[in-house]
Amino acid sequence: MNINMTLIGQTIAFAIFVWFCIKYVWPPISSALHERQKKIADGLDAASRASRDLELAQEQAAQMLRETKEQASQILEQAHKRSSQMVEEARDQARAEGERLVASARSEIEQEINRAKEELRSQVSSLAVTGAERVLEASIDEKAHRKLLDKLAAEL
Amino acid sequence: MAADNEITAIYYIQHHLQNLTFGRHPENGWSLASSSQEAIDMGFWAIHLDTMGWSIAMGALFLWIFHKAGRFATTGVPGGLQNAVEMVVEFIENLTRTTFHGKNPHIAPLALTLFVWILLMNSLKILPVDYFPELFGKLGFEYMKIVPTTDINATLGMAFGVFLLIIYYSCKVKGVGGFAKELSLTPFNHWSLIPFNLILEVVGLIVKPVSLGFRLFGNMFAGEVIFILIALLPFWAIWLLDVPWAIFHILVVSLQAFIFTTLSIVYLSAAHEHH
Repeated sequence: MNINMTLIGQTIAFAIFVWFCIKYVWPPISSALHERQKKIADGLDAASRASRDLELAQEQAAQMLRETKEQASQILEQAHKRSSQMVEEARDQARAEGERLVASARSEIEQEINRAKEELRSQVSSLAVTGAERVLEASIDEKAHRKLLDKLAAEL
Repeated sequence: MAADNEITAIYYIQHHLQNLTFGRHPENGWSLASSSQEAIDMGFWAIHLDTMGWSIAMGALFLWIFHKAGRFATTGVPGGLQNAVEMVVEFIENLTRTTFHGKNPHIAPLALTLFVWILLMNSLKILPVDYFPELFGKLGFEYMKIVPTTDINATLGMAFGVFLLIIYYSCKVKGVGGFAKELSLTPFNHWSLIPFNLILEVVGLIVKPVSLGFRLFGNMFAGEVIFILIALLPFWAIWLLDVPWAIFHILVVSLQAFIFTTLSIVYLSAAHEHH
């Protein structure tokens, strides 16, 4: 338990160790530590930023999908409307065409009837004349009886 | 027979607590002390070779490991050694940041040196008490006390180093005049009370390293004595007490290293403060 030179020796050793530690041991470890801390902090920052970006992108994608769906349904609806409209139009046209055809046919028929009546009338008058000639066996002045004959034909 | 046993026991304990001393004996000249009395007779001009050797070995081990880790330190994923070293460094850095209030980049490495060095020296205590005395006895050395911190010279030596740093930083931060003023004019700021203040402050100043050194020495020495006493038990009973005591000492070893370091930082922090 005697105090002796060891005390001084120990102090000197202490001083040398501390000096060495300050000079060569502490700086590289400390700087590596701090640099890694910074790197980790940066990495965490980047990760949180990326996740935020991802969230934003997902939201955008969902929004776009929603809009697209809406547009598609709109287009579909328009198409439906348009097609029913077209069908309606076609039906109207067809009906009108039919009516028109019916009307023209009817007027043609009427004309045919009139013409036939006319023809009949003209033939009847000559036929009547011929008949009367035959009956009377005498010639009748066509000019003198024209009026009479016409009147007869009109009465048919 | 009982008396014989007692004498052997006392001899055994004394033998284990004697350092390997080299010095100038009044009669034998420069030589290794071959008994405790010779070591005492050598007076101040003697040196404990075992204390110096083991403490320097531990300090070198600390510096080697940490220097190696520092040389290969990457900012990427750290390996095992780097991880362990960084854990200690970070622990000391936090301790310094919370305890030391000045601005001095040298305090943290200083604390690191103190902590790891003392921890390693204390840890030698966990080794069985008989191995190294026996081994070195075979090599022709009479004594071998391998735990440097059970030598008052080693603990006071480190405390003295801290004391010198306290004085140095006090003078550097406050100036020699400022330091002298602090010593003479606190706590009573009146010229007539200067002698009283001086006594109070100088005592307070000197008590710091003395308490540092004696606290570490006392704890380590007492633990070592208990280990030696346990080693005196019959061989089959030793582990019964030795194992719990050793496990308990894992705590004491690190706690004492921590206390020494923390108090050194506190004292140095006080040396940096203006009043």
